[in-house]
Amino acid sequence: MSVQSFQEHFDSLIDREVTIEPKDWMPNDYRKTLIRQISQHAHSEIIGMLPEGNWITRAPSLRRKSVLLAKIQDEAGHGLYLYSAAETLGVTRDSLYDQLHSGKAKYSSIFNYPTITWADMGAIGWLVDGAAIMNQVPLCRTSYGPYARAMVRVCKEESFHQRQGFEIMLTLSKGTDVQHKMAQDAFNRWWWPSLMMFGPPDAESPHTEQSVRWRIKRMTNDELRQKFIDVTVEQAKVLGLEVPDKDLKWNEERGHYDFGPINWDEFWNVVKGNGPCNKQRLETRKKAWENGQWVRDAAMAHAEKRKARKAEAAKAA
Amino acid sequence: MTQQNKNEWPLWEVFIRSKAGLDHKHAGSLHAADAQMAIENARDVYTRRMEGVSIWVVESKNIIASDPGEADSLYEPANDKIYRHPTFYNLPDEVKYM
Repeated sequence: MSVQSFQEHFDSLIDREVTIEPKDWMPNDYRKTLIRQISQHAHSEIIGMLPEGNWITRAPSLRRKSVLLAKIQDEAGHGLYLYSAAETLGVTRDSLYDQLHSGKAKYSSIFNYPTITWADMGAIGWLVDGAAIMNQVPLCRTSYGPYARAMVRVCKEESFHQRQGFEIMLTLSKGTDVQHKMAQDAFNRWWWPSLMMFGPPDAESPHTEQSVRWRIKRMTNDELRQKFIDVTVEQAKVLGLEVPDKDLKWNEERGHYDFGPINWDEFWNVVKGNGPCNKQRLETRKKAWENGQWVRDAAMAHAEKRKARKAEAAKAA
Repeated sequence: MTQQNKNEWPLWEVFIRSKAGLDHKHAGSLHAADAQMAIENARDVYTRRMEGVSIWVVESKNIIASDPGEADSLYEPANDKIYRHPTFYNLPDEVKYM
């Protein structure tokens, strides 16, 4: 087959909603885009553990602590599912780590905001995980098999994350005045960055069209953002919290909420590395990786020694 | 396809039996220094919610896979043998169960 007929065959698989698997022929750009998207997602899971790790030792009860630990462990797991999906495209794990550590690869900029009160654990679970689920559910049907299968696993586990966050917010909101204020304050700080998680407006998102065609993306940034706003505003009512947007209004004609302008300058500024915690997050991550080097080396040396011993015993027998 | 990085732990494929009586099914892959660690890591990564009662791990480099480009010729022999399916045979209506 010529490259052109390979391309035609690939296009027809995509059009017929057939899943692409690792050994199938795929265009270079498809492979590159997938590696970028999947690894960015994996990096976000790994960096995403850090803002929450900040509160493990200070969780208000043993129950909250167990839940938070389980959630963070899930995030490590999600990162690992996704890295292994990316590896099926022919990149090594270490090269992906290098890209994260050198700042070449991005992760979700939401994790560059600080977690200053316990209510932030609630707001992150409710809003950040809520937005992530909105993004991820359509990806369970993405065209690349290993990615779609990883996303199915991730989505199954993620809904507990959102519920535990909502529960924290509800408890605080129905608690004392101080607790209620704490919940509202966290909501105020996390609302806008959560809306930014869906990425720039469609008009400024040049790759959207190609990605939708490839079924790497199944809904546009603006569609997902609107969907998130519509459901979350209703949830805020249950919590008894006020959405920090004075322009928020139900639009009968559109059947959606209208909302105020998003500060995209802030978004791009954080993406470029100037958010409140960019430097700290990356440094913490790099330190963890470098400090773990001797453990990885020792485990490898031990495995090799055991293998050699076994081989010798087999020879002697 | 994947070039092995010198310092990187080898890659393992993980297969999980979700409950007694079912086949092991591919769950994903992970890195580990040896088989024992691969099993332990597989437990942490793929069975945090009791998804399995048994785990197999195989070093990825030992998996031999068929080539999707040769699928047509590989499966061709089965293509024209519809008589291997029970629906190929017409039974008289009187035969109620078979």
